[in-house]
Amino acid sequence: MNRIDNLFQNKKQDILSIYFPAGYPNLNDTVSNLELLQKNGVDMVEIGIPFSDPLADGSAIQAASKQALDNGMTLSLLFEQLSSVRKTVSIPLLLMGYWNTIYRYGVDLFLQDCQKVGIDGLIIPDLPLEEFEEHYKSDFHKYGIYNVLLACPETDEARFKNLANASQGFLYLVSSSATTGGSLKTSEKQKDYFNRIKMIETPSLIGFGIANRNNFEYACQFANGAIVGTAFIKALEKNQAQEFIKDLI
Amino acid sequence: MNYQIDNKGFYGKFGGAYIPELLRKNVDELQAVYLDILESEDFKNEYARLLDNYVGRPTPLTFAKNLSSKYQTQIYLKREDLNHTGAHKINNTIGQILLAKHLGKKRIIAETGAGQHGVATATVCALFGLECVVHMGALDVKRQAPNVARMKMLGATVIPATSGNQTLKDATNEAIRDWIANPHSFYLIGSVVGPHPYPDIVSRLQSIISEEIRVQLEKEQNTPNPDYVIACVGGGSNAAGAFYHFLDEKAVKLVAVEAAGKGIDSSETAATITIGTTGFIHGSKTLLMQDDDGQIIEPYSISAGLDYPGVGPIHAHLAETGRVNYISATDDEALNAAKTLALNEGIIPALESAHALAALDKMQFKKNDVVVVIVSGRGDKDMETYITHL
Repeated sequence: MNRIDNLFQNKKQDILSIYFPAGYPNLNDTVSNLELLQKNGVDMVEIGIPFSDPLADGSAIQAASKQALDNGMTLSLLFEQLSSVRKTVSIPLLLMGYWNTIYRYGVDLFLQDCQKVGIDGLIIPDLPLEEFEEHYKSDFHKYGIYNVLLACPETDEARFKNLANASQGFLYLVSSSATTGGSLKTSEKQKDYFNRIKMIETPSLIGFGIANRNNFEYACQFANGAIVGTAFIKALEKNQAQEFIKDLI
Repeated sequence: MNYQIDNKGFYGKFGGAYIPELLRKNVDELQAVYLDILESEDFKNEYARLLDNYVGRPTPLTFAKNLSSKYQTQIYLKREDLNHTGAHKINNTIGQILLAKHLGKKRIIAETGAGQHGVATATVCALFGLECVVHMGALDVKRQAPNVARMKMLGATVIPATSGNQTLKDATNEAIRDWIANPHSFYLIGSVVGPHPYPDIVSRLQSIISEEIRVQLEKEQNTPNPDYVIACVGGGSNAAGAFYHFLDEKAVKLVAVEAAGKGIDSSETAATITIGTTGFIHGSKTLLMQDDDGQIIEPYSISAGLDYPGVGPIHAHLAETGRVNYISATDDEALNAAKTLALNEGIIPALESAHALAALDKMQFKKNDVVVVIVSGRGDKDMETYITHL
């Protein structure tokens, strides 16, 4: 069974997923970060593939991606770093990145390497659902890699259902119309949006703007859990990753 | 061979809409309505009226007598430099602002490199009383100060983009991020780039250039078709417009000139078609300058308007099908061509347009050939560069 399915079957509430870019803050921190996160009770991790032009990201993740690239991070190096990660890390691992880097690497080779090192799923914000279904779905299936889709407040109800049905593992709910790293502004309209989760059977996590324990608890009232990225990166920067996770859960 | 967009938004294998879900609703909405709006009588009439009495179209097709005798052929210049605001960019912004108005949008976002598209957007926003936010690379803000002042005088807010190389690519990233955060805004894109339907919208709006050339040549030469049309390419909007009505006229040879910067092998270049590979940038599948790891390479050109690592998907397709011949000109070649035009014809071209003119030195023409070169903009904004280099 895919580790993501396993997680959502065994834990229905307060799932914490953390995002950080590979090769950040130092080139060889990827695996030690993962081990630290697992040790401190994090349920799942999204490893960012650094990209020069991350369109959906705010300034913090842009800067962290740039630093990772300056450190010398590449996709081939990431697979090398992860080659024996499954000896020490058992929580679900996803890669999150932009389509250009994956396309350039070669989609088939990329999926093969994901399977080889034990990646469970992918989040590719700029790969449209229609393109995925037409050209890549069977390849993902062949290598047992899940494709996690995003929905956002502007998504209409019909498309929301389509995305929920097509998303594998869970549906990623973008909290608000913003790039990553904004602050969580709660509203009645947002509650209505979050409450759409009740109409679907796919598990869901809320991300973008989840920065602290309050945000996390708020998100968990609606979804199975939440994703924290920018705030964790800022903690990593200050060398306070462990304290940050402990404060969160 | 079909050179136009198909019903899925692709030119051959290039194009499409590779965008985050956050932009999906806006892009879907635009895809659903743009053709109906652009083809409605109301739109056509108002667009034509504004081009006529506000922009100053049709722009002249000038027979370049001295240049013709220098190159021993018949050279005509399509004078986009004589448009209001000084470049072809306003053909597009007039059309898109009418689209935005039709969609009920109140806030307009634009990106700009040299500042020409920013000025053209600020202009139409002032005309229609809409809020205007222009993203411009921080480096370009410095090197194009007069255009920044013009945008501000026209009431626009100019936001310097401080990411990356701080040029056009980064300004475009920031404009898209602004659109993500403000989904009720209209993104008024400046070239034939971005997700479908933008490349088609901008191509159609710029096609007025080739539409006029055909009418004007008919009068001059008794045929609408020249032997050559030559235009510069950054994102590629003036070239797309200049080629548009000639794509199916096989006898017309189409030449596009990219910015080679310091040379295509120098690693300081913006010649995307020449050295690029297939990838995804700003929501479109196209050719782009990238490294083996899929990271986008920062381009370089002396011309801020050609300093872009991608190219419109229509050009990727026209290059792949061989319909258009893509060549390149270096900084020095462009500077020389600008000087030649100034001294021989009394016209100071924009540095971008100077790249198209530089092609004249690289090609062989027959005495009877009719050669149309697009002067996409005027050189006022580039005087500082000309003063330094000439």
